[in-house]
Amino acid sequence: MPLLETRELEKSFGGVKAIQGVDFTIEEGEIVSIIGPNGAGKTSFFNVISGIFHPDAGQVLFDGLEISGHTPSQITTAGIARTFQNVRLFPNLTVLENVMVGQHCRTKAGVFRSVLRTPSQRREEQEIEEKAKDILSFFGSRLVGYRFNQPAFVLSYANRRRLEIARAMATEPRLLLLDEPTAGMNPNETVEMTELIGRLRDERGFTIVVIEHDMKVVQGVSDRVVVLDHGVKIAEGTYEEVSTNDAVIEAYLGRPADLEGTA
Amino acid sequence: MTAVATQPEARAVRDPSRIEGRRVLKVGTLAGVAMIYVAAVGLLDTFNARMIISPILSLAYLLFFAAPFLAGRVFTKRIELEGIETKPATGADVGAAALAGLIAGLMPALFAWAVNTFPDLRSTFPGWSPQMVDLLTLGRGVAAAFLLLPGISAAVAALGAATGLLSKRVQKALAAGTFTVIGLALFSVVVDDFFDWFKALPDFLYPNAGAMSILSAAVSFVVAAGLALLLPGRVPKFTTGLASEDGATRRRSTLIGAVIILVIVLLVPRFLGGILNELLINVGFFALMALGLNVVVGYAGLLDLGYVAFFAVGAYATGVLTSPISPTWDPMLSWWQAFPIVLALAALAGLFVGTPVLRMRGDYLAIVTLGFGEIVRLLLLSDWLSPYFGGAQGIRNIPGIPIFGQEVNVTTPVLMVYMVMAFVALAAFISWRLEHSRIGRAWAAMREDEDVAEAVGVDTVKAKLTAFITGAVIASFAGALFAAKVGSVFTNSFEILVSIVILVIVIVGGMGNIVGVLVGAVVLIGVLGGPNQPGLLQELGEYKLLFYGALLVFMMLKRPEGLLPSRRRQQELHQDEFLQDAWLDRSPMAPGPSVAEPRGKDYEF
Repeated sequence: MPLLETRELEKSFGGVKAIQGVDFTIEEGEIVSIIGPNGAGKTSFFNVISGIFHPDAGQVLFDGLEISGHTPSQITTAGIARTFQNVRLFPNLTVLENVMVGQHCRTKAGVFRSVLRTPSQRREEQEIEEKAKDILSFFGSRLVGYRFNQPAFVLSYANRRRLEIARAMATEPRLLLLDEPTAGMNPNETVEMTELIGRLRDERGFTIVVIEHDMKVVQGVSDRVVVLDHGVKIAEGTYEEVSTNDAVIEAYLGRPADLEGTA
Repeated sequence: MTAVATQPEARAVRDPSRIEGRRVLKVGTLAGVAMIYVAAVGLLDTFNARMIISPILSLAYLLFFAAPFLAGRVFTKRIELEGIETKPATGADVGAAALAGLIAGLMPALFAWAVNTFPDLRSTFPGWSPQMVDLLTLGRGVAAAFLLLPGISAAVAALGAATGLLSKRVQKALAAGTFTVIGLALFSVVVDDFFDWFKALPDFLYPNAGAMSILSAAVSFVVAAGLALLLPGRVPKFTTGLASEDGATRRRSTLIGAVIILVIVLLVPRFLGGILNELLINVGFFALMALGLNVVVGYAGLLDLGYVAFFAVGAYATGVLTSPISPTWDPMLSWWQAFPIVLALAALAGLFVGTPVLRMRGDYLAIVTLGFGEIVRLLLLSDWLSPYFGGAQGIRNIPGIPIFGQEVNVTTPVLMVYMVMAFVALAAFISWRLEHSRIGRAWAAMREDEDVAEAVGVDTVKAKLTAFITGAVIASFAGALFAAKVGSVFTNSFEILVSIVILVIVIVGGMGNIVGVLVGAVVLIGVLGGPNQPGLLQELGEYKLLFYGALLVFMMLKRPEGLLPSRRRQQELHQDEFLQDAWLDRSPMAPGPSVAEPRGKDYEF
């Protein structure tokens, strides 16, 4: 059984059909890239999976269970975490707190236990902090030490992207949705991020769907590539297969003028 | 072409010895408008009877001439920036200040002439009265005022500017002396009340009905200024010394400090007279409500403008459950028996208000909650609910709180103060524990970005309702205590203004910081007074809200994060400064603040 499956997913905004009958599957442990020109419906696809939008038709099955129609927090609790195309951290919370918030759906202490600070609540708080520190150490020395107590807004752009991934990791997901993780990064940082995506699967066991524009990254990380254009899945396969696919080339570069003339 | 190109340069380089005409005109006019304002709204009239130093200075003239004084200070005040050398103030600046004072003084004189000559103008200024013109012209007629007012305000402005020429240390000493005299005079009631056991001191300070004599003012000034000269920087040295100690020592010092404060707090009410204890109780009620609202607005970021509704629920529930003559149903429970039921009802009210507004944000939420607040009050007054809650008659004969066989109510102010303090402490404790828990983090995340909080697994529906319910329960503490203290509840205690004042306390005190909110309650309710409660400055009377407004405007301009802000709010409003600090911390050689001991000032409780 695939970890995530969408069946004939449809979503439109007014007259714009953002997603039109997309069938998509990903197996546990896979890394799948979604590519496509701007406006192809990639981020809308993520938004539908993560519950920010409800689909007009079709199904989203996570681990065999229907999840569309649930709230984003319920879907995150079920095991799907995401990052955002335009990094969206909690800017005035510290680096550590940002990650600790991610643990919210995995912890339980309520108002009474928090006010009384029961032993179980204290243990839980300590575990939250330790886990958050462990997750941040996954990114080397960049987000540890004195960084823990810095507000997130002081971070550099690349570090913000890393922190956003850390926050997603803290929700202990099975499926990680990364929306353009290398956008705005310099070439060195991009190479590093490519490695990191691989490590996320190999060391932490996440299944990953990544939206990406940088073809080197796509080539470097993907087991499979899915191409969307105008909300329609136009190709699917290995990077090599997709990169030589006529429909894909056409979607990116347009139809040659002479062909158009003769048609 | 060249002339155009050089123009900005010519503007940038100023001759320091030249008096800057435009600036003088601007500052002078502003000060003049302020003086006219003080007179026109009737402050001169009202505050003339309130002497600061008898018989030479009344509160009215203190306010009136504060404008030229402050205007004068503008001319010699230098903003110090690291690495930028500023030109020291000179005599020319004092001359400019005097000129500005002259312009300022001319304006109220013109105003006095205008209202005197054109009677039609008088209806425009409701503060007008023959006495006002008299006061404005110092009792010497309009013609003399054209000489006197500009002359005096020029002198005052020059004096203000001249203080800027003195060394920082002397300036501080003078300021300490001045503020001590003004403070002693304004708070004569407190000092009088406090030194009930040592009447000689207030008798010396205030020989003349709450006003200081020239002698006592001079002595206080010298003592305060002398102390400020002799003890410069002792206190900051002590605190910075403490900050550099290791964690254990600091914790111990904090603990000792807390115990000392606790002992003082427990002892003080015993020595205070009725007026001050009454005041403390009022401060306590508002502190409780502000703490509750702080959970809703400060932590969770939900702007609730109808918060007084929960106070009303607490008070009315207590009234109905305990009063023997509550209109239809009187179970006559004791306060303690009723209390858990009151809390449950308040929680229910929180849920009831919270649920329909779950989808609303920001301005929309504020307007809807504003409506809810009014609905509760109007429902209590309505024909429908009057039979149960007494309508305009309210509920009377509410018994006090029985403790150890004694009934605590308005007749036992000291015990009531302890009761209120205990509940303030409880509310502060609850807020603090919640703030530093997973729920507090969820609230903070939600305040930052609700959609993202939801997307990273925070159930925002639950988090919002938790905030509303917690806030409602804390407000019902205040309501239940209020009902027991006053012995009756009427709808006019729950007007919209109360909600606004509570919000102002939270904003001025420091949103999201418990200590800040408490300070806000002391400053606003204690000093200025609540909507229906007199503060220390009882003289303000009907002008209270004017000062609320002025304070709020001033704070929003100069210190939008409040008196004692939370770290997060401080950051939010001063991001660039934090960025700079963070950049300095990042230099590879600097170890940066360690994780266990965050560096820098940390206001968070």
